[in-house]
Amino acid sequence: MSETLAALALIFGQLSLIAFGGGNTILPEMHRQVVDVHHWMTSGDFAALFALAQAAPGPNLMVVPLIGWQVAGLAGMLVTTAAIFGPSSIVTLIALRLWTRFKDKPWRAAVQAGLVPVSVGLVAASAAIITRSVDHEWIFVAITAGSTAVLLRFKVHPLWMLALGAAIGWTGFGQ
Amino acid sequence: MAETPTKAPTTGELFTGFLMLGLTGFGGVLPLARHMAVEQRRWLTGAEFSELLSLCQFLPGGNIINLSVAIGLKFRGVPGAVAAIFGLIAAPTAIVIALGFIYARYRHEPQVVHMFAGLAAAAAGLLITMAVKLAWPLRRKPLAIAIGLAIFVAIAGLHFPLVPTMLVIAPISIFLMMRAGA
Repeated sequence: MSETLAALALIFGQLSLIAFGGGNTILPEMHRQVVDVHHWMTSGDFAALFALAQAAPGPNLMVVPLIGWQVAGLAGMLVTTAAIFGPSSIVTLIALRLWTRFKDKPWRAAVQAGLVPVSVGLVAASAAIITRSVDHEWIFVAITAGSTAVLLRFKVHPLWMLALGAAIGWTGFGQ
Repeated sequence: MAETPTKAPTTGELFTGFLMLGLTGFGGVLPLARHMAVEQRRWLTGAEFSELLSLCQFLPGGNIINLSVAIGLKFRGVPGAVAAIFGLIAAPTAIVIALGFIYARYRHEPQVVHMFAGLAAAAAGLLITMAVKLAWPLRRKPLAIAIGLAIFVAIAGLHFPLVPTMLVIAPISIFLMMRAGA
């Protein structure tokens, strides 16, 4: 048990420090560690937990406490929560103190410009991995495509799309 | 339009402000965070908010998580930062675990399985939408497209681990942007 907790702390502590561009960029690595490396859950379970976290309010990294709880109960939840939010928060604390000093340095713009395409590629990879693990029936492909199209075209709250997807799924149509 | 005078929050107000934000922030907390901190509670001016946010996006970690730390620190030092982040994650953690309980309890009921499959398919659409919206501003920048594609193929196609991939591609990307005079 303590081995599992140590592994969770290590994995999510690392993820915390490399989550440039927000929480969704680390989904592929989270998926690789939790599903492929440690076999704590199936790819389908991972996608379901991700969907649950999307349906709940709050920051988009809320899938992390949920994974911790699934893998190792309350202790797992506490460990993953501290590991995912702690290190990056400490970096933020330190960086804020240095902020004024680096504010007008030219290299800052280059670093920022260099990190943008990296985080875009990572979010796209997250989308591909999650989509691959859920869309194994035509009905799910249709739900994914439909929610994407609606969200790109209209200013509709994402929660409506989740509710609609869940409702269509509930009927069992096409499954 | 003149900026409205701002008022520094106490540690307790930081906690309750972010607690409410965590409870109400469905599908994206950031726009709500601005509303809360700038318009509703008037802790920060719009310009101050934008400056803090750009710094937070530049740092590792969730943007809104970092922003809560930044705002807490700005007003009440480390205790303020701790109060803000705990306020932000307390309610969503409880809710997400409750949902997890429901999922674990009923995960073998066919209808529940069907429902979660539909939910997951719609959530995948959310991610695709976000990727498209993020990629759109880069559409006329071949260098950025090439770097984004390289990362995408390495992670989604070849299943490379993230840390070594980032350590190779991020410095190359920064170097190329520097040479391109970004």
